[in-house]
Amino acid sequence: MISRAAEVAERFRRQDIATRWWLSAPAMVVIFLAAVGPLFVMILYSLMVKGDYGDVKYWQFSGKGWFNVFFSQDIFDDTVGFADAHVAIFWRSIRLAGLTTIATLILGFPTAYFISTKPEGKRELWLFLITIPFWTNILIRTFAIQETIRNEGVFNTLVMKLGLVDRPIQIMYTDTAIMLGMIYVYLPLMVLPVYASLEKLDFRLVEAGYDLYATRFQVLWRIVLPLTKPGIIAGSILVFIPAIGAYVTPRVLGGGKNMMLGNLIDLQFGQGRNWPLGAALSITLMVIVTVALLVYVRNASKSGAGHGH
Amino acid sequence: MAIRTRKPFSLRRQTGFASIAMLCFALLYLPILTLVVFAFNAGESVAVWEGFSFRWFESAWHNEQVQTAALRTIYVASVAATLAAIFATMAAIATTRTAPYRGLTFKYAFINQPLMVPEIVTAVALLIVFSRIKVWTGYQGMGYILAAHTAFCIPFAYLPIRARLENMDLTLERAAADLYATPWNTFRHVTLPLLWPGILAGYMLAFVISLDDVVITEFVKSGGQETLPTYMLGQLRRVVTPEVNAISTVFLGLSILIVTIFFFISRKRN
Repeated sequence: MISRAAEVAERFRRQDIATRWWLSAPAMVVIFLAAVGPLFVMILYSLMVKGDYGDVKYWQFSGKGWFNVFFSQDIFDDTVGFADAHVAIFWRSIRLAGLTTIATLILGFPTAYFISTKPEGKRELWLFLITIPFWTNILIRTFAIQETIRNEGVFNTLVMKLGLVDRPIQIMYTDTAIMLGMIYVYLPLMVLPVYASLEKLDFRLVEAGYDLYATRFQVLWRIVLPLTKPGIIAGSILVFIPAIGAYVTPRVLGGGKNMMLGNLIDLQFGQGRNWPLGAALSITLMVIVTVALLVYVRNASKSGAGHGH
Repeated sequence: MAIRTRKPFSLRRQTGFASIAMLCFALLYLPILTLVVFAFNAGESVAVWEGFSFRWFESAWHNEQVQTAALRTIYVASVAATLAAIFATMAAIATTRTAPYRGLTFKYAFINQPLMVPEIVTAVALLIVFSRIKVWTGYQGMGYILAAHTAFCIPFAYLPIRARLENMDLTLERAAADLYATPWNTFRHVTLPLLWPGILAGYMLAFVISLDDVVITEFVKSGGQETLPTYMLGQLRRVVTPEVNAISTVFLGLSILIVTIFFFISRKRN
């Protein structure tokens, strides 16, 4: 009897799981066809010979695409050297994404903290003010920054009228412009997760700190920051990942000279006509992102297990 | 006689944090506000004010390229958000309120995968595959853009729907089943009405995400399939007139409207 009941229960369970697979099928099929699947095709493309006018020569395999990521071969005497331009672009991408992450943290943490100290009913409104720019088209925000820092833009018109400088300060088409743009675009991504962990902060611990004669800075440094580390880590990932793969911001604000990885990839599929190299660069970018994710996840689980100090 | 009292000691205060926060809000909003203000400029400049006028809104309105691009953008966002909301609802029902089963973690990872990959990488991968399919089949239509948008909208629609389902009361559905409701009737008359705010939130999130996309559309589109963002990307390289400001302002208004509705829906929920 018991085994019969168990059998029926087991059959129901199997049926339930089968239904659940059918239900999730449409979402998974669409994501496979238009997101995950193409990534595998791209791996294949990175290993083929480049076509003369873009695309690849089918089923002719070569490691040239990957070789060209970091090395270049002289067309005249076949000597092999580092692809300096590529190394510079990799370095610029990592540096600018890192600096953007730090800057958004320095600006975003106090902002999130400020919101979390507001009375409960008013916090939502402040958060709403943070999310509005976040939901605004990235192009519009980049354009807004461009209009601000252009030579004929608002900022330069203003400082020249005030007589602070007699020539406009060149900000557009520099690394600074890209960084300003990225800080502007990605700031909300830092504030939101940091706020989420500040909201859960138990202020009795802060009180205990003050009772033990801690200064405001010590309370911040030794109590608040360690307790909100998960939010800080989450915010940093959320900023770093889109920043290192940024395409629109450096294209608009950096111009042709100050490329980041996204623009280098774009170039291979456009004028460069080197799809295998473009595919290899894309995979490299994905690997960097994955490594960043893994490092953060490991740090997050470590800091969760016990306090370092 | 006034007695000067010290401000009461606040546990929460941190020196300078409020000023930095105010600076942040100013930095976030000043460029956008400037952009909106100069949309109403009478002159050709986007930095020197020459009086108030609607001329750039009019010229944008009569610009045929802008019209078709705007309609196409709305069309893509509507279709992609609808499909994404339906598929995400099904997937959310399939992945919540159950004991863990084989493949459940895989499903989570798979559905959220588009969030983990830089947009430019997805964009070129789609370019590779779709350009091949275009050559093989000769089909050049909107299907590619719609498929790509639906795919990256699904994880965004999935998040609020799943959150809503997880917080839902199971007892009502059990009661319906006890009263001999068929599974479909239970779903139609109990689950769906309860889930509705989540689905609506998911739909709107997906809609805004689709509306905002530049990179993937830029790489997937065939000739003559400009959306408003890709059209604007092309315009930014030329000499910019306040017409771009005007388009941005309208676009901005639309986004803010949707986000505000979303804000009130999710507020009502709590």
